[in-house]
Amino acid sequence: MADVQQLILAGADERDLSKLAEYQAIGGYGALAKARGMTREQVIEEISTATLRGRGGAGFPMGRKLSLVQPPEVAGKPTYVVANADESEPGSFKDREILRRVPHRFLEGCLIAAHAIGSKHVFVYIRGEYAAEYEVLKTAADEVRDADLLGDVTIVLHRGAGAYICGEETALLDSLEGKRGQPRPRPPFPPISGLYSAPTLINNVQTLANAPIIIERGAKWYTSIGPEASPGTVVFSLSGNVERPGNYELPLGTTLRELIYDVGGGVAGGRPLKAVIPGGSSVPVFTPDEIDTTADFDSIQAAGSYLGSAAIIVIDDRACMVQLGLRVEKFYMHESCGKCTPCREGTRWMVSLLEKIETGRAEHSDLDLLRGICDRVEGRSLCALGDFAVWPIKSYIDKYRDEFEAHIEQGGCPYGGASSLEGVVAPIDQHAHAPVAEVPA
Amino acid sequence: MSSLRKKIRKAAKPYPDRRSGVMNGLRLAQQHYGGWLPPKALAEVADALDLTPAHVQSVASFYDMYHLAPVGEHVVEVCTNVSCALVGAQQVVEAFEQELGVRVGETSEDGKVTLRTIECAGGCGYAPVVVVDHRYREPTRPEDVPGILAELGDG
Repeated sequence: MADVQQLILAGADERDLSKLAEYQAIGGYGALAKARGMTREQVIEEISTATLRGRGGAGFPMGRKLSLVQPPEVAGKPTYVVANADESEPGSFKDREILRRVPHRFLEGCLIAAHAIGSKHVFVYIRGEYAAEYEVLKTAADEVRDADLLGDVTIVLHRGAGAYICGEETALLDSLEGKRGQPRPRPPFPPISGLYSAPTLINNVQTLANAPIIIERGAKWYTSIGPEASPGTVVFSLSGNVERPGNYELPLGTTLRELIYDVGGGVAGGRPLKAVIPGGSSVPVFTPDEIDTTADFDSIQAAGSYLGSAAIIVIDDRACMVQLGLRVEKFYMHESCGKCTPCREGTRWMVSLLEKIETGRAEHSDLDLLRGICDRVEGRSLCALGDFAVWPIKSYIDKYRDEFEAHIEQGGCPYGGASSLEGVVAPIDQHAHAPVAEVPA
Repeated sequence: MSSLRKKIRKAAKPYPDRRSGVMNGLRLAQQHYGGWLPPKALAEVADALDLTPAHVQSVASFYDMYHLAPVGEHVVEVCTNVSCALVGAQQVVEAFEQELGVRVGETSEDGKVTLRTIECAGGCGYAPVVVVDHRYREPTRPEDVPGILAELGDG
């Protein structure tokens, strides 16, 4: 049985940690004081030794990112900390819980990061839909300011307006600068040239919330939790056809089987398991015989997928994999920013071919064409959205090919309307492209 | 100076570059103009921040939460992304369609409610998620739909 071990959410079950006094009662902002008594290099060294890997999806070590950011005196201009609170990966709802329940642990992490790179400016980019979480965070940030904990640092909360792509770091920076959120070519990477062309540290909410824990208890203690290459805990988001969906904080290295069956209580209604998405809708799917993989960055990658944002979606036997592919692909088509041709055009082609297969109008050559498009879109865009649009579909075809072929051979969906995903209306289906007009008087 | 213009300029102050105020500006303008952005709202945001209307329009048309066409007094949004879809989001959509007598993307005849489907709202563990006027209702079942609409009718 997997043991729930709380570091990020520690104390939030017993106390209302959205309040500064409560957070300080359990030692909150002690790590900030400790960090400010250390040199920048010492703080970076501690986080590097802790092997803290980014929790936003890519798993990049935070310590390395910190060490890459030019200090303001070298850059000759102000530098920035940007917190990525634009959580939008389908299946992921962990940052929302962190923002709502432990906003001060996150803000303390932002201030420690600011100290580590010598920055005076923190921007938090919070997704527009999170209105309630914005209010909690704003109250918390005001408390921090009024308690004189900011030092000479300012914290600005920036609200997004509904665009998945803005979770991608360079698109987020463009959005923050007041433009359409479209990714930038890299290099230069944000630590060299980020927000307003200045050195910028950009990290996910959960990554930053780990910083106070590492500073307070030390890297040595932190690395004793979970596997050596991915220490610490992760807040796993469990959703879909599972008995007890929700967020569960566990050490990295718990198996998917334990997560689904022990922690989540198994497939809802005791139905057979058909598929598991281990890291949000953008990653390759696992079949039931792959769920003994341990959920950490390296093990999942070795098994052919990604831990991503640790969003685990459980899918039971009632789901048609072609319909799942269609729903997922419509999302990526909707969210493609339009900048790179392979992603913009490829997602449209993929949706149209998936529709053809689902409605029984396809031939076997259409399936080959679809699979071929996957290979020609992957790796050919400025950001990973182009890959995200391909990885799931590729894996559905490769692992559930018989289901795709059944659609073609039977001239329609073998589920005959009984699939759990039957008839789902994706937002892109309702786009009216209404002309801009004044309301008649 | 109009009160909207003042608000937009104030919200842009914390940024080193005034251009960063465009998203706050559009949000404030949308609130001011009853939930959507008519051309004159875009012009006002542009004017307040010394930007061209074309730039402001390019930003407004990029993000899902800015409405460039009129919406109803209330906006009901149903998430139909994977986690919600797997546990019955479409049945919730259909319950709203039936009660309101509209299809998704449309506004009820009395102008009261616009029904939309949205991409993942970040409530996957409490699915299906419905967002009413920016407030999450998690989870929502088809049988909850008449009650939700009755609340809007009283409000």
